[in-house]
Amino acid sequence: MVKVLLVMTVNGDSVEVAVESGVMLIDVLRGELRLTGTKESCGRGECGACTVLLDGKTVNSCITPAMKAMNREVWTIEGLGSPGKLHPIQEAFVEHGAVQCGFCTPGVIMSVEALLDENPNPSKAEVRAGLSGNICRCTGYVKIVDAVLAAAKRMSK
Amino acid sequence: MGTEYISPTSVKEVLDILRERKGEARIIAGGTDLILDLKEETREVKYLVDITGIGELGRIEWDGDSISVGAAVSHRQVVSSALIQERAPVLAEAALSIGSPQIRNQGTVVGNVVNAQPTADAAVALLALEAQAEVVTRDGKRLMPLEELYQGVGVSTVDSTAEIVTALHFKGLRDNQGSAFMRLAQRKALALPMLNVAGVITVQGGCFRDVRLVLAPVAPMPFRARKAETALQGANVDQAAINQAAEIAASDAQPRDSDLRGSAEYRRDMVEVLVRRALDQAVRNAQ
Repeated sequence: MVKVLLVMTVNGDSVEVAVESGVMLIDVLRGELRLTGTKESCGRGECGACTVLLDGKTVNSCITPAMKAMNREVWTIEGLGSPGKLHPIQEAFVEHGAVQCGFCTPGVIMSVEALLDENPNPSKAEVRAGLSGNICRCTGYVKIVDAVLAAAKRMSK
Repeated sequence: MGTEYISPTSVKEVLDILRERKGEARIIAGGTDLILDLKEETREVKYLVDITGIGELGRIEWDGDSISVGAAVSHRQVVSSALIQERAPVLAEAALSIGSPQIRNQGTVVGNVVNAQPTADAAVALLALEAQAEVVTRDGKRLMPLEELYQGVGVSTVDSTAEIVTALHFKGLRDNQGSAFMRLAQRKALALPMLNVAGVITVQGGCFRDVRLVLAPVAPMPFRARKAETALQGANVDQAAINQAAEIAASDAQPRDSDLRGSAEYRRDMVEVLVRRALDQAVRNAQ
């Protein structure tokens, strides 16, 4: 299979990576770039575990052809904070116990980032709608919503 | 997947690629349905031709009478368009009910139609708007009423290995028109509808004129409830007329039994409820 050069910006850095042209974005992120924070769960765009930002908007990277990212900007959970310096959304998730098994968390946090970017002071209903594409099978939604509201408050200061 | 991905920058280039690849290349827009087919190997495609990078296809336009929605326009764009909210709210509501934020960011309104699924929310609203599809081939372009785009469940009369729907065109609602979109589903997100209903009505001198009612899934394609529409034509705008039309629509609908999304009996009863609510709301919106 012929490979093509995919040029994109990932977490602020320009990246050039040779990929088979039909692969999905998640496979490039995890397999080629070793950004394994992004998780794959359902593989069919329903659970949201693989959510990343493409030009600032959430997409399911498991059903997004990698070539759609050509010359565009991708943000993953690795670009948000680091173990030494958490992003305010991550801090709020830790403080509110919004993480249970943690598998959905990277995708949820990317959806929160997109939501707060667009709507810095969301209502509870808006938070729930904004996270409606992310499924948590530990069903810890109450604490997730609390954490998002707290993060919004903190970030708008 | 050994699929090759091609990203042309003009409609002419798309048509050239499709012709050269002789049926082995297929158009992809958001891919939120097509990629699933490829992953599950229910469809095989050698070349994917991505049209979302073609600037002219990414626009929503209004000429004072008609609205056009280009083939690369996402559900999200439609939901957040002030023009669509004002002149075609039924489409904005329908598009907002699709999938999830992620799916709406990626999936397109035209794809929702070309994918030819009988319950596709945006398509149901577009049928109620009597939209027409602009289909472009190497020989020129033609306008097709949306109803003619359905051949069977999941099968469009438009051949995406040879031709492209570049845009949908429909008239914006006038002040004496109202619309509504109703949906019954197990959850508020990421759930296919058990039923959906779109209605567009015109009120003139206290009477119904030009009523369009679309139901799904009660047939292999979104279903125009023409008997109910006819019953309303010229009738006084009152609850009796609405109730009668809802009864007619329910008796005309042919829903199927579904283990996942409700029995035929339940769905038929719910058609009556949703049509009544849709007409009530459309009447309120028309004033």
